[in-house]
Amino acid sequence: MTKQHANWSPYDNNGGTCVAIAGSDYCVIAADTRMSTGYSILSRDYSKIHKLADRAVLSSSGFQADVKALQKVLKSRHLIYQHQHNKQMSCPAMAQLLSNTLYFKRFFPYYAFNVLGGLDEEGKGCVFTYDAVGSYERVGYGAQGSGSTLIMPFLDNQLKSPSPLLLPKQDSNTPLSEAEAVDLVKTVFASATERDIYTGDKLEIMILKADGIKTELMDLRKD
Amino acid sequence: MFRNQYDTDVTTWSPTGRLFQVEYAMEAVKQGSAAIGLRSRSHVVLACVNKAQSELSSHQRKIFKVDDHIGVAIAGLTADGRVLSRYMRSESINHSFTYESPLPVGRLVVHLADKAQVCTQRSWKRPYGVGLLVGGLDESGAHLYYNCPSGNYFEYQAFAIGSRSQAAKTYLERRFESFGDSSREDLIKDAILAVRETLQGETLKSSLCTVAILGVDEPFHFLDQEAIQKVIDTFEKVPEEEEGEGEAGEGEAEAAEAAPAERGGGVAGDQDVAPMEM
Repeated sequence: MTKQHANWSPYDNNGGTCVAIAGSDYCVIAADTRMSTGYSILSRDYSKIHKLADRAVLSSSGFQADVKALQKVLKSRHLIYQHQHNKQMSCPAMAQLLSNTLYFKRFFPYYAFNVLGGLDEEGKGCVFTYDAVGSYERVGYGAQGSGSTLIMPFLDNQLKSPSPLLLPKQDSNTPLSEAEAVDLVKTVFASATERDIYTGDKLEIMILKADGIKTELMDLRKD
Repeated sequence: MFRNQYDTDVTTWSPTGRLFQVEYAMEAVKQGSAAIGLRSRSHVVLACVNKAQSELSSHQRKIFKVDDHIGVAIAGLTADGRVLSRYMRSESINHSFTYESPLPVGRLVVHLADKAQVCTQRSWKRPYGVGLLVGGLDESGAHLYYNCPSGNYFEYQAFAIGSRSQAAKTYLERRFESFGDSSREDLIKDAILAVRETLQGETLKSSLCTVAILGVDEPFHFLDQEAIQKVIDTFEKVPEEEEGEGEAGEGEAEAAEAAPAERGGGVAGDQDVAPMEM
């Protein structure tokens, strides 16, 4: 008998782009709301951003089912954390938890590309970028997903982060004001939408500050 | 030293059909400081007496949040209560993970009762020495359950467990018929007054009790000390006031609900007997 499903894969790529920028007292997390497979658009209004805690927001692209599963695991783990510690998890703690959660499935990974944004214990903005198996780094800005190859060099050009090898450790937060950071995010997404078919429809922007979270929406090209 | 020759093992029956070890566990519930629960159609209030082991120590926590829609008050061995509330929390989290909907209170209570029952049928285990008042809100409304070490559980309109709880029960029995329509403020006041009944002479202070509430559009939370003290002040200054209100209760419908639910099998027929006394 011949093999019937040699090409079957447990994964799909639903596209999407995530960007986060850390400032001195804010963090901007943004993602488009398109969900696609191949040449088809499955939804023009599917949020990729998930609020995990008061000061930690996760934005993920990749395979929607895996992203959803990952978000649920983190949500449950955060509930347990709150029961045990009587407080919300901090963003750096959530970053480590996300890394562990991804590495736990090292040999059948979540097909998810994550950017975690939030505020650290000092109230400074922080951004963590990940690969699919949990290796992560704290950065000043980050981009993940289908449009990241277009966006990342542009952000590097505009923001120039200090080398992580420098000693003593340099502060990687961007010097931009909150309004400038939001404008930059809008610009990079407008540009990425021109060239990446998996990015478009709408841009969802979350701005985290010590006094709360603001959400903004911007239209992107629908073609 | 021993009461008789049938009480050294959990699984050994006495010729009269009793399990003494299980009854001793229910005795532990009576020794613990009092816990009280009462509900209206939309809210559940849990309250307890804070008793410190010594002058130098703090008191032990006796009310636990299980989830936004479920809370539990315990009397008896607090260590056992902590273990069981941890179990309830994980049951609730697992349920919302699998079904993306809140765990119905009745289901949680059955799981809890089954867990307690297992301990009454295994020679290498001991029954949990704790009684739990489980309050919760689900699609069928607000509920209050009492779970006891024997594995029995009952649904109540209002109930009190622990030391000197009889006084609180008497107070609640006098007033429960009006609880169905009570506002959350009245429910809190009745909870605190029921706590006062268990103190027997000791003056009621906010530091002496813990009160928690949950209900429609109100996730489980503890009342802060000032809020409790404010309620206490309303009746401690004019003690004759609450006597007048006591006659206000009416409505037959709740009377039936207050009787232990049918599931309690063993006590069918004598519904007036509290489960601990059976």
